[in-house]
Amino acid sequence: MSNAELIGQDPGWVIALKGVIIFAACVFLTIMSVWGERRIVARMQQRSGPNRVGKFGLLQALVDGVKLALKEDLIPKTADRIVFVLAPIISTTACFMAFAVIPLTGEVNFFGHQTAMQLTDLSVGVLYVLAIASVGVYGIVLAGWSSGSTYPLLGGLRSSAQVISYEVAMGLSLVAVFIYSGSMSTSEIVAAQDRWWYAVILFPSFIIYAISMVGETNRAPFDLAEAEGELVGGFHTEYSSLKFALFFLSEYVNIIAVSALATTLFLGGYRALPGLGFTEQWLGGWFTLVWFFIKVLAFFFVFVWLRGTLPRLRYDQFMKFGWKVLIPFSLAWIMIVSILRVMSQRESSNFLVVAFIFSVALIYIGITSLTDRAKVKTAIASKVINSKEPDFPVPEIPNSRAEQLNG
Amino acid sequence: MADELVPRSDEFGLAKSDAAKVPITNHESSSLGKQLLGFWVTFKTMFKKVNTVQYPEVKEPTAERFHGRHQLNRHPDGLEKCIGCELCAWACPADAIYVEGADNKEGEQFSPGERYGKVYQINYLRCIFCGLCIEACPTRALTMTNEYELADDTRAKLIFEKDDLLGPLRAGMVPPPHPMYPNTDDGNYYRGEVTGSHPSQGIAKND
Repeated sequence: MSNAELIGQDPGWVIALKGVIIFAACVFLTIMSVWGERRIVARMQQRSGPNRVGKFGLLQALVDGVKLALKEDLIPKTADRIVFVLAPIISTTACFMAFAVIPLTGEVNFFGHQTAMQLTDLSVGVLYVLAIASVGVYGIVLAGWSSGSTYPLLGGLRSSAQVISYEVAMGLSLVAVFIYSGSMSTSEIVAAQDRWWYAVILFPSFIIYAISMVGETNRAPFDLAEAEGELVGGFHTEYSSLKFALFFLSEYVNIIAVSALATTLFLGGYRALPGLGFTEQWLGGWFTLVWFFIKVLAFFFVFVWLRGTLPRLRYDQFMKFGWKVLIPFSLAWIMIVSILRVMSQRESSNFLVVAFIFSVALIYIGITSLTDRAKVKTAIASKVINSKEPDFPVPEIPNSRAEQLNG
Repeated sequence: MADELVPRSDEFGLAKSDAAKVPITNHESSSLGKQLLGFWVTFKTMFKKVNTVQYPEVKEPTAERFHGRHQLNRHPDGLEKCIGCELCAWACPADAIYVEGADNKEGEQFSPGERYGKVYQINYLRCIFCGLCIEACPTRALTMTNEYELADDTRAKLIFEKDDLLGPLRAGMVPPPHPMYPNTDDGNYYRGEVTGSHPSQGIAKND
């Protein structure tokens, strides 16, 4: 019986209870991940991180939440009051909603009822997640706009431009997964990975997804939306107290959500690591929950690691990377994947497959050598500009230097 | 005037025209492998011993000449060194010091010589711990201690009065007011010729 049929038989109380459990798990995971992030980043910087409140500072995030709740809730005079209040709510709700289609376990006994730990199994589950993520952008852009002040507006615009651009790359990276699994339902994609994870077969897609999910969540090194040095706090500059807490919460829920989606689509979801398949039957199937969270937390660790290692990108470099590198690359990759897929479905001869791969490699070499030539040409051209020195003192020509820096 | 506008040309030891022709290449970032090395650095650091000092429980000593809270010093017989000249207050760039001097009277002598500091306040909400007051003090009455735990919860508590600033009475010192050491003048005090109190000055602290 497939997950969709299994979940379809859930009575109302099971659905309600699952909803509550998933929500609670999200909130708990967020609080723990705030603590985890601070501890890990601290260790990466040879500090010890929060260690005061509770054992190992475990309650730090909880206490921070209480502190935020007790703070004065300001609404600026120039703010659009309704939208200002609505924005964080939209942002948070959207993040949580993505979790509805993520399968957390296989078939389990849920208080005497056979079901899977997944709230609902839409046949277009992944599309639903992408759509919900886009709704989350509204939260950001409305927050920036309704604050009635400059920095939030700029931050909101940046942020929405960023999320939208990287959503394109993200969506494209998922296409290869759809082609291979033949489904958009999350549980079926997990089921389709029982032999090989898509992170292995579709490695380039996985890399593109991994990069774009960092861009999508506004996280370092792509956290230009809240570049403190330039934009104060970005879109949430004017927010305080619980409304700020909601944005904070949504950022972390978002990280967990994209990590969960990555786990589901590329790392075999709740399935055990290869060779440890027998563990899936432990605790009546509930042990798969552990596998799921191990994978999600591994992604989370990568997020923290990125933050601890990389400096923030400049805005134009970031956009250039998204539109001129990620998107063309994933388009080309989709073409290759779909052709290979069709070939394998029609059972083409091995010779044809090899010939195709060879021709792709040839085209790649051709294109790169052409761009190398173009680079040499522009380098020569910029030298020509440099040689024309006026006989009066001028500051250094920024263009030629910038070109040399960026290539 | 035009000469002043000529930009610096010897920035890298090159003429300006040469500098423009040198391509700027970052050899460190030339390969992806080298860029990924940063991830190894942060990962490795996670397992190093942390540098954090667990402050309220563990207190590391400050540098020897750390600028901490001020102290008003005393002469070896217990008289105050401060003569109420206000030079510290004048030197203070943050306007944190307030001094009111007064005359030493017969039977009410606080410092050797004519004058003493009657009111002495330092406002630690304003003080920037630059130490200019210490440089200005002609009698070395004002010095700085290494004490840095100066936080408090009201503004009033952070204005330190003379009582808070005065150094402790050590063994052999007599709490002022009391007369100067017999047969001396303030010159003897400043030359360090008074090394303790005389019984005629009062009962000395003896521990």
